[in-house]
Amino acid sequence: MKIKSQKDFLSGLMFTCVGLAFALGATNYTIGSGARMGPGYFPLLLGTMLAIGGGVVMLGALTAGSGAPGGDPVGRIAWKPLALIIGSNLVFGVLLGGLPSIGVPAMGLLVAIYALVVVSSLAGTRFSLKSALILGTILAIGSYLTFIIGLSLQFQVWPTFITG
Amino acid sequence: MDLIHNLSIGFEAAFTFQNLIYAFIGCLLGTLIGVLPGIGPVATIAMLLPATYALPPVAALIMLAGIYYGSQYGGSTTAILVNLPGESSSVVTVIDGHQMAKQGRGGPALAAAGLGSFFAGCVGTLVLAAFAPPLTELAFKFGPAEYFSLMVLGLIGAVVLASGSLLKAICMIMLGLLLGLVGTDVNSGVARYSFDIPELTDGISFIAIAMGIFGYGEIIANLSQSEEERQVFTAELHGLMPTKEDFKNMVPAVLRGTALGCSLGILPGGGSLLSAFASYTLEKKLRLKPGEIPFGKGNIRGVAGPESANNAGAQTSFIPLLTLGIPGNPVMALMVGAMTIHNIQPGPQVMTSNPELFWGLIASMWIGNLMLIILNLPLIGIWIKLLSIPYRWLFPAIVLFCAIGVYSTNNNTFDVWMVGFFGIVGYAFLKLGCEPAPLLLGLILGPMMEENLRRALLLSRGDWSVLVTRPISAGLLVAAAILLTIVLLPAVKSKREEAFVEEG
Repeated sequence: MKIKSQKDFLSGLMFTCVGLAFALGATNYTIGSGARMGPGYFPLLLGTMLAIGGGVVMLGALTAGSGAPGGDPVGRIAWKPLALIIGSNLVFGVLLGGLPSIGVPAMGLLVAIYALVVVSSLAGTRFSLKSALILGTILAIGSYLTFIIGLSLQFQVWPTFITG
Repeated sequence: MDLIHNLSIGFEAAFTFQNLIYAFIGCLLGTLIGVLPGIGPVATIAMLLPATYALPPVAALIMLAGIYYGSQYGGSTTAILVNLPGESSSVVTVIDGHQMAKQGRGGPALAAAGLGSFFAGCVGTLVLAAFAPPLTELAFKFGPAEYFSLMVLGLIGAVVLASGSLLKAICMIMLGLLLGLVGTDVNSGVARYSFDIPELTDGISFIAIAMGIFGYGEIIANLSQSEEERQVFTAELHGLMPTKEDFKNMVPAVLRGTALGCSLGILPGGGSLLSAFASYTLEKKLRLKPGEIPFGKGNIRGVAGPESANNAGAQTSFIPLLTLGIPGNPVMALMVGAMTIHNIQPGPQVMTSNPELFWGLIASMWIGNLMLIILNLPLIGIWIKLLSIPYRWLFPAIVLFCAIGVYSTNNNTFDVWMVGFFGIVGYAFLKLGCEPAPLLLGLILGPMMEENLRRALLLSRGDWSVLVTRPISAGLLVAAAILLTIVLLPAVKSKREEAFVEEG
């Protein structure tokens, strides 16, 4: 059998798996009855419905499809921007807060901003370190003024080894 | 007169120096994100939510509301001048608006959009003020069964009007509802789906989900497309004033658009996007006067109608939120979040318990509309300049603001990991053709739905028929069923898909 719409088939599969996972997870909690719903009741109900819904989406993808040419493929995954944008976010988190579990000290907001801007800029088509650093400086000053001075949010601004 | 009395409370609250400033900041930011493509009101409001912690609730809501309707104005500017809809609700404005700009009539097109929006905004505000009290009265009669059915209707309404596959949209709602259940169950105190992670017992931060899916997901998708240099329309604008002829054509279109927008905005799932589509379709269906420019070639009605409708819809979509506490679209879902952050439980009691917040917000919308017309017409030159900022400067800034915003909600890096995770999820949704908006609605409504269903069934001793034996509840469920059936009718189904393919 040929899949008429890959997008629909995969999304149906995703719905079914997530629905099943939630429904199975719900069985760990008290289900209760309609009159006395336990914490597992509603998630079990919804998870089952989602799993069934996903199944119907998959069936639909096998039979009718959306009529898009070439089996409506998902298309290439943009790994580079995906990895770099998410990566820059993670780098920001690690530098800002540190990872005490593996002994990475917190480097503070300003270092984190530069790192995020440089890493995420790599995802663009034309990268230049100079313009990324300029942008980083603008954003660092702007963020310092807005978030730290203006809104007085509690951030660690400088690296731990400077502030002690 | 009650209305006048109420509005005067509102204007008193809104006319403080601080609130005027925040209304202005909201409108300014709204216009800015409306003009800049690639970032919408949902991501912006999610980014700014943490920043409003420190503000008093009235100021915070006034600012966030300003962002929402401000983006409707800004979106039309890029639609007309650059052939790019800055906001999804301006998609139809592109068709005739940009044609007018090409013919050197960009000025009148902008004026038509601006004046139409302003008029619609004023009417929308009045409708909101007039309809809110009676609806609130009605809402007090609602028991848990009615609330549950109302939420079902709201969610169904939201997907019926969304583009794309209906079934997938319903699945996205259920996914959102399930994600909303993560965290401590209020009744039993059991931490559900928390995997023994302490941060998850408070539930997944909806800010992290909204930013990840709407912010990061979009950016990754934008970057994966080859960068085409945006053509900035550099031709001089020759005067903004429309001609007499223009006014003659424009006024009825504005009136029709406003009426459509006001009524569609109230519907669950309605709001600016649907209103704009409906208005353009209506204008196109009406017969052309002799000598009038056909649609698609720069007809001013095709700009004035949809632009009025989207602004009216944006205003009146606050009605279900403020009276029933039910968000009709993702932006309203974030407003629910903003209210809960400030310890205000959205719902009918807001009007009596926080009258200055309720009426102040409404009054501020009128003030905001006035500010917007000043921001958008005389200062149009500044916004055009902004369009020349390349995307490679913009997206790192957006990523940064998301990261800072999400960190500052709890001063905890866990939320930063979550936003990264949901960024990947958001990109996957885009690749699989799943609209994320219904998920956000489900996420907000999940705990509320469970709680109301639980109470309804507790009162009926486990009898599910309570949902259909109580008249209001039954009526709401029937309405939801009718909506679903209409959309599934083969004739409507193909029309609906066609409409979204052609214009979306």
